[in-house]
Amino acid sequence: MKKQKSRRTRVLDILYLSMMLLPLLSALVIKVLTAPPTEGITITGAQIYFTVPMPLQDLPVTESQVNSALILISIVGLCLFLTNGLSVRATSWRQHAAEWIVLKVRALVRENMGEYFMGYAPFIAAVLALSAFSSLSSLLGIYPPTSDLNIVAGWAILVFVLITYYKLKCGPLSYLKGFTQPVFILTPMNVISEAATPLSMTFRHYGNVLAGSVISTMIAAALGKASSLVLGWLPGALGEFPLLRIGLPAVLSLYFDVFSGCLQAFIFAMLTMAYVSGAFAMEEYFERRAKKEEKKKQKINQTQQTEVI
Amino acid sequence: MLELAIGIILGCCALGAGVAMIAGIGPGIGEGNAVAKACEAIGRQPESKGNVTSTMLFGCAIAETTGLYALVIAILLIFVAPNMLINVLMRALGR
Repeated sequence: MKKQKSRRTRVLDILYLSMMLLPLLSALVIKVLTAPPTEGITITGAQIYFTVPMPLQDLPVTESQVNSALILISIVGLCLFLTNGLSVRATSWRQHAAEWIVLKVRALVRENMGEYFMGYAPFIAAVLALSAFSSLSSLLGIYPPTSDLNIVAGWAILVFVLITYYKLKCGPLSYLKGFTQPVFILTPMNVISEAATPLSMTFRHYGNVLAGSVISTMIAAALGKASSLVLGWLPGALGEFPLLRIGLPAVLSLYFDVFSGCLQAFIFAMLTMAYVSGAFAMEEYFERRAKKEEKKKQKINQTQQTEVI
Repeated sequence: MLELAIGIILGCCALGAGVAMIAGIGPGIGEGNAVAKACEAIGRQPESKGNVTSTMLFGCAIAETTGLYALVIAILLIFVAPNMLINVLMRALGR
């Protein structure tokens, strides 16, 4: 027996679906409207749409920033669409998909971070979804935000702030002491390795995506040239059409865009989990807390005793 | 003279990019080792294939980092540095 959907659910469905698809469509439209006319294949960075005057330096608003904001809206639409019309017994494929995602992410976080960090499951899911969808957006032809250094650097700095927060949880003194850990002389090395964490996370993700797009663009251009050299003698439109370009770029795109994009998203999330849970000295923290509570109790006891006297 | 200077800048940028990519050897060897060991492990214990594969991919991605540093430097040298250096030269010449 199938339950009939109410009218409200249907209207919301259409609303959420349009919220999911319209941002991507608008990104395409913006790209088509603003792309400068070029001949052949060129490799360019993100386009600057406009600049906002700021006191220190002008803030350029680029294609990648706009695209990443649009992808964010699209992911919110997807989440709302998947969770629309939930019921206690899962009957629709949407609810099954949503539950599968939630369960998988929770299992991943429990396995890699431990029970204490279970509150991080939504954050990790957000990182995964944002990174994967940003890389996959190049399949639609829009500029992938992850091939811009600034976007990925923003995420990596966020992770760095989290790491520092968890290192500071055991008190600022033990945080500073951590820099001189094995021997005192190694302090500069420790500072460098601390700064290298967000740097390497940024370069890993952005370098992979950018390298994929650069290599596939260069191969597509080379195949076009090669086909005009090899098949140029054919008469008419047959000679101008780049026949050799069919096939190989699609296979490369399957690797560079789909596989590499998803893999990098997974690795970024895994590294986030590893660094954040590794930065937190849990035993030390709980020892400190227990000691503090004991001191508090002693103080209360002392004050009570003095009052009694 | 100016053409010679610009030619030297472009040539040295291309050379630098090529030299930077020598760093690609390291991750190649490292990842090859990792995959070989992963294959051995799967051969010994086929039931742990999923775990071994995900750990291998994770390790490969981390081993790749040094190669990606070189790649970023090479890309900067090819696409960004020539324009910047030529601008500096022009400014120094007052044009």
